[in-house]
Amino acid sequence: MNAWDVLLWVAVPYASIAVFIVGHVWRYRYDKFGWTTRSSQLYESRLLRLGSPLFHFGILLVALGHVGGLLVPKSWTEAVGVSDTAYHVVAVGLGALAGLCTLVGAAILVYRRRTVGPVFSATTRNDKVMYVLLLGTILLGLGTTVLGNLTDQPHDYRETVSPWFRSIFYFQPDPDLMAAAPLGFRLHALAAWALFAFWPFSRLVHVFSLPLGYLTRPYIVYRSRDQHLGNRAPRRGWERVR
Amino acid sequence: MRVMAQLAMVMNLDKCIGCHTCSVTCKQAWTNRAGVEYVWFNNVETRPGQGYPRDYEDQERWRGGWVLGRRGRLKLRGGGRLRKLLTIFANPKLPGIDEYYEPWTYDYDTLTNSPLQRHPPVARPRSLISGENTKITWSANWDDDLGGAPDHGHLDPVLKGIEDKVRFEFEQTFMFYLPRICEHCLNPSCAASCPSGAIYKRSEDGIVLVDQDRCRGWRMCVSGCPYKKVYFNHRTGKAEKCTFCFPRVEVGIPTVCAETCVGRLRYIGLVLYDADRVSAAASTPDEKDLYEAQRRVFLDPEDPVVVREAERAGIPHDWVDAARRSPVHALISKYRLALPLHPEYRTMPMVWYIPPLSPVVDVVRDTGHDAEDRDNLFAAIDALRIPVEYLAGLFTAGDVRPVDAVLRKLAAMRSYMRDINLGRAPREAIAASVGMTGDQVRDMFRLLALAKYEERYVIPPAHAELAHGLEELATECSLDYEGGPGMGGWGPFGENSGGAPPIAVENFRMLRNRQTADTVAGPVDKENRVNLLNWDGKGHPEGLFPPRPAERPGGGDPAGEVEPRP
Repeated sequence: MNAWDVLLWVAVPYASIAVFIVGHVWRYRYDKFGWTTRSSQLYESRLLRLGSPLFHFGILLVALGHVGGLLVPKSWTEAVGVSDTAYHVVAVGLGALAGLCTLVGAAILVYRRRTVGPVFSATTRNDKVMYVLLLGTILLGLGTTVLGNLTDQPHDYRETVSPWFRSIFYFQPDPDLMAAAPLGFRLHALAAWALFAFWPFSRLVHVFSLPLGYLTRPYIVYRSRDQHLGNRAPRRGWERVR
Repeated sequence: MRVMAQLAMVMNLDKCIGCHTCSVTCKQAWTNRAGVEYVWFNNVETRPGQGYPRDYEDQERWRGGWVLGRRGRLKLRGGGRLRKLLTIFANPKLPGIDEYYEPWTYDYDTLTNSPLQRHPPVARPRSLISGENTKITWSANWDDDLGGAPDHGHLDPVLKGIEDKVRFEFEQTFMFYLPRICEHCLNPSCAASCPSGAIYKRSEDGIVLVDQDRCRGWRMCVSGCPYKKVYFNHRTGKAEKCTFCFPRVEVGIPTVCAETCVGRLRYIGLVLYDADRVSAAASTPDEKDLYEAQRRVFLDPEDPVVVREAERAGIPHDWVDAARRSPVHALISKYRLALPLHPEYRTMPMVWYIPPLSPVVDVVRDTGHDAEDRDNLFAAIDALRIPVEYLAGLFTAGDVRPVDAVLRKLAAMRSYMRDINLGRAPREAIAASVGMTGDQVRDMFRLLALAKYEERYVIPPAHAELAHGLEELATECSLDYEGGPGMGGWGPFGENSGGAPPIAVENFRMLRNRQTADTVAGPVDKENRVNLLNWDGKGHPEGLFPPRPAERPGGGDPAGEVEPRP
């Protein structure tokens, strides 16, 4: 265990997670107005209708796959009788499909962003950084999986990456596990930590607004006039009678 | 019975001259910002015409509003909750910027900066969306005054089914103007479509608003509103809509569009309604019955049962009183002149319209007949099916009978009042022929034709300002009350120092005082202030004390004439 390993596989993850959590709390408290999808559908609809669902459903599937691969220990799947080969076939099959959807969707969206004038001019520097981090992470992940499976001996990340990832959350980080993983996985993980650290300050916050409450709330929302009178909070002792 | 109060508007279309003053002042007040260049909370359309955004009334295409499901229950035409969530990544029914129009400015710089040349320089149009040079091909009022109607007049969705007849009649065209704002519906489908729950209806006055802090830019409200009166701000990524100028109406002054209407055609007032009956009324099976059903949801503020229930529901007494004097209530329920715009969308809209008699009058006059004679007008209403059917397509889901009845009342009023104006004896038979008395016709005439400011706008102020006054007593300069010597927001270091002035209530009270004062705002008023340092405590210097109730203009004698305000 050398200092680099500790820095990359212990310090960076914890820093990134801290920024991710605190950043979201901060953003939600101080920038609710900026918390939006910043949709550009008004400018262009044809390409978006194709690319956006492809990308979004694809990446949701990818996220689900990561939950399965990283959080579920190998011993659990073995305990319910899933063989290594079966797991591998399913993971690679679904993963490749989801990854392909994501990549094609992202390619359409990036093409659209670059070629449709109004969309391009509405792209901020923040968006560009976000795109680089997001696409970089996706490409590194997809590339590692595809290249790994083209060789005869694909790396079993469930022996290295997954236990290391879980060890972070037990607060007993084991950087040696990750240091042993192939370069592709390490780069993918680093890109992901960078993405998570940038996440709360980008438009990606809209992920946490997935409006599942819509399924259960009544259609029409009634609200009373603002409790605040004027633009100040009521002084202590002068709150309204309820 | 669950009584709720709704602030509503009625527009008298006969008086609209299509000057767009309402649109311009509204735009200046609310949407003169980047991101909403293309947005008109208030717009005036020429009918027949395609409207703004283009073709918005074609719900087969845009799928806004509600429809009845197979079991007779209301459902969103654009699909239920699950479908909304599944299409959240790309809204399939969102009008693009082309359907509104691409906003533009002109390259004025070249006019002043271009070097000396043979031909005068030209300011070219420049798109406000892309920043590039653009060609103007459409706008919010491209078909104003039937411009281009021979080419695309038949694209008006309301003409569906009668377009053959209209094309035949087009040599003798009819047209009128239709100013539109958000309908502040009783059953708003924009609110129902919002996945985030950011659009809400205020329980006090029924104004439908977007919570900018909760909106996440899913854009479902834009598709859900059949009137296309929710807009997407492409800079902030949030939905925006007409606010019914809530900071103004909260202190009892009319909306900007109404205040600046030169034709005085807008009426604002309260309507009391039974919230428990709204969804039943909106689910009326036959869409031609929806107008009647909605009118039956409204409650009579003279009814003691209603008054008692309103009090139980926490509606203040002066609000019930305002509902009694409400011109909107009179026009909708008493005279039954006002009709809702597109009741077939089942959103229970609350901006109603008095259909115009002018298409009928114009034809009668142009054919050389007496256009103020009752029999001529009645015969023309019966004979001229095209304008009447068209109006019915707008206001009663195609049922011509209510439109007929309204037009007959307007025609009867016209010929009844003509006799009075010419000094002849009024003929009660004319009033009786539309089921009214002469007194009622005269009252109706006063409300429609004279349209005094105080009678057009009966807006009870919100009651929160009392609590704020309490707060101010405790926390601010005690002389800083309305009209007080400290008014004007001095801080310790001069006029603009100190904390941020509270929005809305106080500012708009001052604004109203300024607007209704006889003097020019500002310096004149300051001279009148009493200097407390050298006041000896005798007498009642002007401006030191608020006027007593009896001294207030119009307060003592409600029946008396009141000066029209600017």
